[in-house]
Amino acid sequence: MCGIIGVIDRTMSRMDGSHIKRALSLMDERGSGEGAGYVAYGIYPDYADCYAIHVFFDNLLEPKTKVDAILKQWGRIVHQEEIPTYEQPGLKKEHIPWRYFFKPYADLMVGTTNPDDDNVTHLVMKINSDVEGALVFSSGKNLGVFKASGWPEDVANFYRIEDYEGYIWLAHNRYPTNTSGWWGGAHPFNLLDWSVVHNGEITSYGTNRRYVEGHGYQCTMLTDTEVVAYLFDLLGRKHGLPSEMVVEALAPPFWDEIDEMPEKKEEFMRALRLTYGPALMNGPFAIVVATKDGIVGFTDRIKLRPLIVGENGSKLYISSEEAAIRTMDPDVETIYMPRAGEPVIGRVVE
Amino acid sequence: MSLGSVPLKYKISIDRDQCMKCMRCVDNCSYGVYRVEDDKILIDSRKCTACHRCISMCPRDAINLQERPVDYRSHPLWTVEAREDVINQARTGKIILAGMGNAVDYPIIFDRLVLDACQVTNPSIDPLREPMELRTYIGKKPSKLEFTKNNGDIDLKTKLSPNLKLDTPLMIGHMSYGAISLNAQLSLAKAVAKTGTFMGTGEGGMHEAIYPYQDHTIVQIASGRFGVDIDYLERGAAIEIKVGQGAKPGIGGHLPGEKVCADVSCTRMIPLGSDAISPAPHHDIYSIEDLAQLVRSLKEATNWEKPVFVKIAAVHNVAAIAAGIARSSADAVVIDGFKGGTGAAPKVFRDNVGIPIEAAIAAVDQKLNDQGIRNEVSIIASGGIRNSGDLAKSIALGADAVYIGTASLIALGCRVCGNCYRGLCPWGIATQKPELVNRIDSDVGAENVANLIHAWTLELSELMGAAGLNSIESLRGNRERLRGYMLDQGLLDVLKIESVGA
Amino acid sequence: MAEPLVIDAKGMHYTPLNRQIREALASGVKEIVLNNVLGQRFIGNGLRGDAKIIVNGVPGGDLGMFMSGPECEIFGDAEHAPGNTMDNGALIIHGSAGDAVAHSMRGGKVFVEGNIGYRGGIHMKQYECKRPILVIGGTSHAFLGEYMAGGLILVLGIGHEPAVQDRGIGSGIHGGEIIIRGDVDEKLLGVGAKKVDFTEEDLENVAPVIKEFCERFDIDPKPFLDTNYSKIVPASARPFAGKYTWE
Repeated sequence: MCGIIGVIDRTMSRMDGSHIKRALSLMDERGSGEGAGYVAYGIYPDYADCYAIHVFFDNLLEPKTKVDAILKQWGRIVHQEEIPTYEQPGLKKEHIPWRYFFKPYADLMVGTTNPDDDNVTHLVMKINSDVEGALVFSSGKNLGVFKASGWPEDVANFYRIEDYEGYIWLAHNRYPTNTSGWWGGAHPFNLLDWSVVHNGEITSYGTNRRYVEGHGYQCTMLTDTEVVAYLFDLLGRKHGLPSEMVVEALAPPFWDEIDEMPEKKEEFMRALRLTYGPALMNGPFAIVVATKDGIVGFTDRIKLRPLIVGENGSKLYISSEEAAIRTMDPDVETIYMPRAGEPVIGRVVE
Repeated sequence: MSLGSVPLKYKISIDRDQCMKCMRCVDNCSYGVYRVEDDKILIDSRKCTACHRCISMCPRDAINLQERPVDYRSHPLWTVEAREDVINQARTGKIILAGMGNAVDYPIIFDRLVLDACQVTNPSIDPLREPMELRTYIGKKPSKLEFTKNNGDIDLKTKLSPNLKLDTPLMIGHMSYGAISLNAQLSLAKAVAKTGTFMGTGEGGMHEAIYPYQDHTIVQIASGRFGVDIDYLERGAAIEIKVGQGAKPGIGGHLPGEKVCADVSCTRMIPLGSDAISPAPHHDIYSIEDLAQLVRSLKEATNWEKPVFVKIAAVHNVAAIAAGIARSSADAVVIDGFKGGTGAAPKVFRDNVGIPIEAAIAAVDQKLNDQGIRNEVSIIASGGIRNSGDLAKSIALGADAVYIGTASLIALGCRVCGNCYRGLCPWGIATQKPELVNRIDSDVGAENVANLIHAWTLELSELMGAAGLNSIESLRGNRERLRGYMLDQGLLDVLKIESVGA
Repeated sequence: MAEPLVIDAKGMHYTPLNRQIREALASGVKEIVLNNVLGQRFIGNGLRGDAKIIVNGVPGGDLGMFMSGPECEIFGDAEHAPGNTMDNGALIIHGSAGDAVAHSMRGGKVFVEGNIGYRGGIHMKQYECKRPILVIGGTSHAFLGEYMAGGLILVLGIGHEPAVQDRGIGSGIHGGEIIIRGDVDEKLLGVGAKKVDFTEEDLENVAPVIKEFCERFDIDPKPFLDTNYSKIVPASARPFAGKYTWE
């Protein structure tokens, strides 16, 4: 179930959404027409220093009044508007997608080295758990998630995804099992800079969820993938682990492999597993995570889901299917399959 | 007026056609049920405890046992037991002591919990073919890792505290030498050494026969401080402070003088034949900060090289108490549920005080998680764990590992007759009489106990594989993989699980 | 004899302090002087050997816990539970001490020049040649020798008439003996304790202890060798045996 694809241009040269739309549509066999979505980084250069907060509103009355009030209490709304959408015959508009460009008041969040991000995280958790009829589905700077229930091409056309230009794109074609195809359940999942697309099912979800909930996150999307975004935020941002190390914590080597490692490495991996045991992800999965600095793709420890990598110059592709990569870029030079649990990293070069 | 006698608890009969008069029953019964007169085996059923030793040794299956052969008038409130207890106390005016665990017919929560398995959306894993990790570390974990970066090299700054490495999340709980025989304890010690796990010594010191297996022992320090000196503390792989026990929360222990034989007296470091009294509290712990002091004292004395556990009985406020313990430098909290076994406990405590382990695990796990410190301290659960299903459910509710006690004794022959306190155990377990103790060959005993641990470990692997999990960390606290069957909403909320079908 | 190792403990946490002591003993140091001790816990914890540790100041709780051999001489008061589960060696306290002094002590000596708090000598026990001794120069608060299973508690009551005025003496005692200078009011005895005659033989037995104590604190022993004492012992070695019936 589900198909995923991600691309980064490491020189940060921007690509419009038309290519990834074609690639995702090629993997329609992997979906069920109940959810698709895209995220692109670098699409809001005019508001690059604002948090772009995308919200699904059930209506623009009560929920929006409440969200406006919360945002105004915690910061300044620099600009807001409805996200432009275009009616599609195959897609029922169930929510009104809205976007705020928001600057939090840093002095309202104490006891943290990262008040802006913590402020926005707090707001997202608060709105999603407290405000009925509003769901924040994207909250990073200079990036945006566009998703809905429907086939990839319909969702892409609904948002006219080709009108956006980004240096990183992730996309996802959904075949839902956990929750029926509600809009919030579509991927990518996002929190701040972190966006996640995921193919598979996380059998350790209960454990992972309890772990992030113990550290101030609230799981509100009724599906397992959002926990990955929170794990990356907790380990990557709050604990300061580099992306490779986050992947090593989430999909660590087996103990018998660790036992064979040289002493220093063994101690390191043992510490990582002991400290981050509740973050270990189990079950079949292939995941691509993006931040503004790059993307990382990885699979579960025994490789139960497919993941293929392609490279062409400054571009790195990660996808469920090689054909999707070749659809995006017929000239792709290298194609390879990463090992289970091995992070595939594409970083922007400054 | 005399109260008269109460009816027999058990009636023994011998099929005389089958019996070949081999006299094994006569030799094996330490309670004196059988005697021989004029070449005939006579039976005194009143002495029978239903220990099944004679039955198991009879080569002809000639012995039959019937429980409660005499009916009382049935009454739903005034059960036979209620009536007989009143008669006993009217006669003696004393506190009733009873053996083994809680014998009241409370609902067993484990039996109302069901585990999950994969179908379609993710694959089950066959543990025989694919890696399956049960390795469990018990001890303090850092909340996060810290590093130093030197020219691109990343060095670990965080120093790990000592942890116990278990090959399977299953240990044998504390049963002291004195409460059980040396051969029984030796069997357990050899079994845990063989299976890569640990056993508790109980509060009774360590007999030198256990020294070869000391790296697989957790030494206990309880309120009586019996057998505790610096050598003892240094021998154990870990140290456990016993505050309370599920079978008798809130009260101390008492090893009667008649069980204090020469060897027990030496191991406990008390005079021969004297009562070994463990007071109810530790008299250096009257408050939570005193507990922290004892934890740190033990760590100082052993150079911070040993994990220190704290064992408490599961009582109403167990979650808050455990959270206090977690802040004390302790490495693990042991929670003992009210179905836990014991050699002897006042019946009124055994049957009425404390809470079930399932609810205690869930409450403690939740409290520690709410405080963001769950992974920093280990939870060991005990008290009525009967099989690998109970083990898997305990872990899914939030335990890191379990202690088993009664199950390991059953693996040595125990039939749960509940007469441990009499010191006549015909299986050689709860006795110090040499002729009975010798009935256990510790190599054979070790084999049986190791088999049990191995079998549960295999079953746990299969259960995890079916649930699509290949590492024990992913089962721990994974309540999504549990559902409650016919549990009320209040309990579902405590256990933080959904009902079946939800 | 080698110069003692002097450690200025001012402001030190107990873990590095105790580690330093442990390392010094391991390297063969026989005498250590700790100056400016104030509240550091666990001094002497679990130490073996025959070293001498002089503590100038007020050490924290569990002084000499699990200690097996060394002698600690304290010039100052001690806090909670000095001599806790002590195995061998001595604590010589030139001052007073808190509650639960000599808790579960199994061997060695604890001498307190001044007074002690509640539950002194609680659950002291003896085995073969190991017989713990607690001597109090001043007086003791309630529950002295509670749960006592062995050993000797001696109260001289210097400056106190009567020597002990608090209740619960020997409550639950089932081994050992408590010897108190002068008479002890029956009503101060705890459950399971009884007073017996203090004989000439008893005096002979405690005389060496009295002499040693007086010598350590530079007190004239004569008045204590020529006076009357009360001896308190268990009424039964099995005080709780009659409490239970079997199921």
